[in-house]
Amino acid sequence: MKKLIKMMLGAVVAVGVSTTAYAADFKPAVVYDMGGKFDKSFNEGVYGGIKRFIDETGVEVMEFEVTNPAQREQAMRRMVNRGATVVLGVGFAQADAMDKVAADFPDTKFAIIDVNWLDRPNLRQYAFKEHEGSFLVGMAAALASETDTVGFIGGMDIPLIRAFACGYVQGVKHAKGGVDVLQNMTGTTPAAWNDPGKGAELAQSQIDRGADVIYQAAGGTGIGVIRAAADAGKFAIGVDSNQNHLAPGTVLTSMLKRVDVAAYETFKDAMSGDFDTGIRILGLAEGGVGWALDEHNESLITAEMKSQIEAASADIVAGNIQVHDYRSDNNCPR
Amino acid sequence: MSEFLFQALLTLDGTVRVATPLILCAMAGMFSERSGVIDISLEGKLLVGAFVAATIAYFTGSPWLAVFCAIGASVLVALIHGFACITHRGNQVVSGLAINILAAGVTVVVAIALFRQGGQTPILDRGDRFGPMEFWFVETLDPIPMLGAVYREFISGHNPITYLALLVVPASAYLLYRTRFGLRLRAVGEVPAAVDTAGVSVAWLRYRAVLLAGVLCGIAGAYLSIGQGAGFVPEMSAGKGYIALAAVIFGKWRPVPAFLACLMFGFLEALSARLQGIDLPLIGEAPTHLMLALPYIMTVLLLAGFIGRASPPAAIGVPYTK
Repeated sequence: MKKLIKMMLGAVVAVGVSTTAYAADFKPAVVYDMGGKFDKSFNEGVYGGIKRFIDETGVEVMEFEVTNPAQREQAMRRMVNRGATVVLGVGFAQADAMDKVAADFPDTKFAIIDVNWLDRPNLRQYAFKEHEGSFLVGMAAALASETDTVGFIGGMDIPLIRAFACGYVQGVKHAKGGVDVLQNMTGTTPAAWNDPGKGAELAQSQIDRGADVIYQAAGGTGIGVIRAAADAGKFAIGVDSNQNHLAPGTVLTSMLKRVDVAAYETFKDAMSGDFDTGIRILGLAEGGVGWALDEHNESLITAEMKSQIEAASADIVAGNIQVHDYRSDNNCPR
Repeated sequence: MSEFLFQALLTLDGTVRVATPLILCAMAGMFSERSGVIDISLEGKLLVGAFVAATIAYFTGSPWLAVFCAIGASVLVALIHGFACITHRGNQVVSGLAINILAAGVTVVVAIALFRQGGQTPILDRGDRFGPMEFWFVETLDPIPMLGAVYREFISGHNPITYLALLVVPASAYLLYRTRFGLRLRAVGEVPAAVDTAGVSVAWLRYRAVLLAGVLCGIAGAYLSIGQGAGFVPEMSAGKGYIALAAVIFGKWRPVPAFLACLMFGFLEALSARLQGIDLPLIGEAPTHLMLALPYIMTVLLLAGFIGRASPPAAIGVPYTK
């Protein structure tokens, strides 16, 4: 470790004197949220980015996995007290804790993923254009549907999840006119993220009404959606991380949210001294969202579907297609 | 119109699916409370049962063995409750609440230790869990209008545990009203001193009731994780134990009314899933929040309007001291 710091020091001195002191005691820390770093979803995505950073730089990263909401703020404070120079928070649920801690330690750098409404001079915030990724999987759904009815199941009814739904609907309409989109939200409390039984029941109710492709943005509840779709021989669409492997052959694709990119970039920038604060929004153009194509679903995506989705993706990046963000005006165009 | 009837049928079908764990838990709660032991811990037992069932099913691939182990685990939890409330005369609400908190924590901790997936178990393959049971003659009866559809969608094609739950209700009623055990059980919840005077052990009777509740909750838990679902997710019981408890009170601590209350909760839940985002006649599209709150609003209305005075067993919540 000592040798490594010396090496880093040498490298940094070569770059410029101004960053020397900073990089010499560069100590990154990450606070994972509930679910833990191997949750096969959001946190694990972040872990992927952290791991890449560790593998490339050899820098040690302090980490903590909170197991109840009260630990969030504590964990962040402890990280700073243990000498962390940059602290990464994961998920919008940590926003309040991060806001307080960032205010109390103005000399420490902070970054948080999935938040864009805080205002601290030492805080970088990452938000994603989930609506753009959802647009693409909406196209996949419309093109794969034989009944011309597709479904969406959200977790907790919050603007973020409405944005998923809204992007999805736009994608469906873009790919094919006259396709119905059934929409359900699981609940209005955080318990809505962990109710696979209800997810399965909602999926079944949509299948009963004719849906044959169902997109879920519902955390643990979504596992029930994928299961119900698989049992009924219909398609489901995964979310956040690549969930194609959860039920190979019946998960049409997954909407990818590249939180790993945000995590990697945060520490990399902090290390090199280019850590600028403010809000960073990652969309299709930045590689922050996308759709998953791998060995589990390559037989489900036809060449024609692929080319159409890729064309739309290029159009969105080029600005020829504007995907409306529900959060911009709390409304979804019909 | 026939489309409407078909959707109504599918809603009823959903009702039974949703109500299954409620029915089992309500019967569990009824036995326990009829013996005089308040059972808040239905939720915790349900969660432990769900976790153990998913874990055993994952490692052995046998859903039947998984149910068996889920029952065992749930009974163990019930024993803790019994030990605290019956043997040591502790406060029954506190003990039940403690068990719920314990269950929520322990299941996640053990799941993280075993699987490293943030408290979930891996998703189970189709063969490792209970699938729908297709009945005979579905194909034969299918051409018959109405009856064919009713048979195919409503009668056939449920989970084995669902059928079991439907059998548990008459069995519970029989046990409670037609057997010596049932008579004593009811007596011990009303006037335990009389039972004691008759030379029957109050503690042993109550233990048996609590253990019976453990067995039923274990089966309900297995339904959540390896019947209706395909794996364990933290806190997946999602308040079903409490809803079942409400159904017990709703049904005035009697098996058939409690069963009907469970069906009502199930129906409202299935209905609210289907009414979201649909244009209703006269009202237009109802807001999501209203539809999600519908089961609870109806519960309050029905509870206030229809049930009348609920009279609990006289000795409920009172530890027996000679």
